[in-house]
Amino acid sequence: MANRKASRAVDIAPRSLAEVRTETVECDLLIIGGGNAGCFVATEAKRLDPSLRVVIMEKAEIMRSGACSAGMDALNTYIPEGKTPEDLVRWSRAQVGGGPLREDLALSNAEELNEAIDDLERWGLPILRDENGKIRYRGKWDISIHGEQLKPIMAEKAIEAGAEVYNRVVGTGLLMDGGRCVGAMGLGVRDGAFHVFRAKSVVVSTGGAGTLYKSYTADSTDSGAQIWMCPYCVGSGYAMGFRQGAELSSLEQRWVATRTKDFCGPVDTISVGYKAPIINCKDERVMSRYAHLGGDAAPRFIRANAPMEEWLAGRGPCYCDTRNMAPELVQAMMTDYLNERPSFVLFLASRGQDVTKEPIEIYGSDPYIMGGHTMGGFWVDMQRMTTVPGLFAAGETAGGNPNKFVGGCAAEGKLAARGAIAYMAAGLETPDEAAVSAQVESEKARVFAPLLRGKDYDGVTPTEMKERLQRLMDEYAGGSSQFYRTNEERLDYALRHIKMLQSQFAYLKAADLHDLMQANETMDRVDVAEAVVHHLKARRETRWAGWQTRSDYPGRDDANFDCFVETRRDPATGEVTAFTRPYEQLVPGDRFKA
Amino acid sequence: MPPRILTEKCNGCEGLPESRCEEACPGNLMVVDAATGKARCRCTRDCWDCMSCTKACPRAAIETRIPYQLGYHKASLRPIMGKEHITWKCVDIHGVETTYKYRNRLAVAPAIRTDKDA
Repeated sequence: MANRKASRAVDIAPRSLAEVRTETVECDLLIIGGGNAGCFVATEAKRLDPSLRVVIMEKAEIMRSGACSAGMDALNTYIPEGKTPEDLVRWSRAQVGGGPLREDLALSNAEELNEAIDDLERWGLPILRDENGKIRYRGKWDISIHGEQLKPIMAEKAIEAGAEVYNRVVGTGLLMDGGRCVGAMGLGVRDGAFHVFRAKSVVVSTGGAGTLYKSYTADSTDSGAQIWMCPYCVGSGYAMGFRQGAELSSLEQRWVATRTKDFCGPVDTISVGYKAPIINCKDERVMSRYAHLGGDAAPRFIRANAPMEEWLAGRGPCYCDTRNMAPELVQAMMTDYLNERPSFVLFLASRGQDVTKEPIEIYGSDPYIMGGHTMGGFWVDMQRMTTVPGLFAAGETAGGNPNKFVGGCAAEGKLAARGAIAYMAAGLETPDEAAVSAQVESEKARVFAPLLRGKDYDGVTPTEMKERLQRLMDEYAGGSSQFYRTNEERLDYALRHIKMLQSQFAYLKAADLHDLMQANETMDRVDVAEAVVHHLKARRETRWAGWQTRSDYPGRDDANFDCFVETRRDPATGEVTAFTRPYEQLVPGDRFKA
Repeated sequence: MPPRILTEKCNGCEGLPESRCEEACPGNLMVVDAATGKARCRCTRDCWDCMSCTKACPRAAIETRIPYQLGYHKASLRPIMGKEHITWKCVDIHGVETTYKYRNRLAVAPAIRTDKDA
C-alpha cells in the first residue's frame, strides 16, 4: 500500500517530446479518479482479492480531491426501516418525472446502498443519531452527517486496503487494444512525466462535468470558479471514453439546482433540512403554485426551476425564508454548511447577514453533467461495464441511474469492482504491443503539444478557449442566462462553433505544467460539450423543464421520447451520432408517484 | 481573491517535500514561490473556496476570503483542526464573532484486529 506523494511543482520547458520522460506502471485494476466512487472501488476490489494490484490515478491529492473535498453535510439516501430498495427506486423515478431511468441499475444500487453507508460509519464518519441511537432523518430518505472529514476517511481506507495512489496525474486518454480498454495515460502535473498505466481492467470514476457552462458569477471577476459543482471535475472521464467510442446516455438531463444566490451553495440544507419555505419577492409560497405536482415534495427539476420561473414572471428575487428559525436551528444549519460548503458561512458573514432577519436568497445554478445526481453518463451493463469492453464506470460517470449521491456512488463503486474482477477472471488476451506503443507515442504528442508550442507562441490560452466555450454553452445550449431554454437553431449554432474550437486545439499553448493540465481539460470540456449539444438536439420535447427545456418543443412527447437518448462518437472519424434506447419499467407502480 | 497568504506566518513548509497547501489543493492552485519561499495561489479566480488549504496549513497562514464582487470587506472564518473535532471561528463584517465546535470523526477500532484484541 502506498500513497505516492507528489513533489513540489517543477518548471520544465521541454524542447521536444524526447525530453519528456515516460513512466509505465503495470497493474490489474486501474481506477481513474480516487473520489467517492473510486475509493469504494479500491476497498471492495482489495477485499475480494488482496492479491490484485490496484492502482488509483489521481488528478489532485487523494485526501482532498474532487467534489467531496470541502466535505458533506448529508447523505441524501439511506433506506429507513420499513422501506425497501423498490421504494427507493419508486422515489427516484418520481423525482425525475416518471423517468425514463435504468431501473435495473437503480435497483441493484439500492440493494447495496445501506451497507456502503454503514461502512462509512464504521470507518469513522459521524452520522447524527437521536437519543435512542436511531439515525436522524432530515427528510424522507436523507440523513444528516458531520462530514467535514468524509474525503480523508474514504481515502485512508482505500490506501489501508492496499491501493497504490499516484497523485497529481491527470488522466487524458485510454489505452486500447482493438476495441478493448487496457489502461490509461496521463500527465504528471508536478513531475512533468507522461504516465502510462497498463491494466487488465479500468474503472473510470472521475466525477461529473462542471465548468462546461458559464456561471453567472463569472463576470470577469475573482469569482470564475464560484459554482456548486467542484470546478476541478471537468468531465475528463466522459471525454476519454467518448473519444474511444464508449456510448453516452442521457446527457441532456443536466443537473441544474436551486442554489444560494451569488454563492452557489446547497439549498436542500435549508429548504428540506430546516423546512424553510421558498418564497418570492411578494412573500408568496412559490411551491404552492405547484401543488398539483406535489408542492414542496414536487420532483427535483420542478423545485429547481420554480424560482427561475418566478424571476421570469417578474416575481423575483426568491428566498428560502429563514426568518422564523429558532437560534439553535440556525446554529445547526450553519454547522451543516460548515460541513459541506464552509465558505458559505463566510459568505453570509461577508454580507453581514443575520438569517433570522433577512432570508437567504436563492437562484438557479449553471448546468452540470452528473450521473450521480441526474443521469448523464456512460451507458453501462449490470456489471457497470461501458460499451467498451474492459472499461467500467461508477458514480457520476455512470449514466441512467439518477439520485445516487454519496451513498449510491459508494455502492456503485463496489458493484463496478465486482464487475471488473469478474471480467478479469474470464481470461484476457495479451494486448498487441506494437499497437500499444504507437498509442502511447501519439497520446504523448497530443497531450504535450501546447507546452511544446510554449508561452510565446501566437496562439490561444487554455482559459481563453474555456471561456469561449462556457459563453457559447450558456447562451446557445440553455445556460442560466437563458433560463435553461434552447432550440434547434441555437443548438446548431453551438455545434458549428464547437467544431471550430476543436479545429483550434492546434493553437492551444501552455506556459507551464499547470497550464498544460488546463489545456487538456479544456479539450475535454469541448468534447463533452459536443456530446451534450447532440443530446439536447435529439430530445425534441421538454421532459424536465430546467434540466432540459426546448422552447421549440415545449411539451412532453411520450409517443416519441419516453426513452433514452444516446450518443456515440466514431473513434476513427470523430463523427457523433445520436440514437435512442427503450425504457423498461421493472418496479411496478405509478411512475409519477413515490 | 480566495486564499490570502499571511506572508509573515508562511514559511513555505520549508523542509517538507511538498507544502501542506499545495498538497491539499484539489485544483493544483497553490505553489511555493521559488523567489520568496512563500505560498501563493496561481490563479485566485480558479479557486472553489473549499478551504482545504486553510485547514491544512500548520501555521494558520492562509485565510479564505470571499471575492469582493460577492461579499464585503472583511469577514473571516478560521478552522482549527483537532483530532476528532473541528472548531470554526467566524467574524462578520460588523465584528460579530460566532464559534462552532463539533465532532468530525468517530473513534474507530483498528481495521485489522489481532487475536489479542478479541
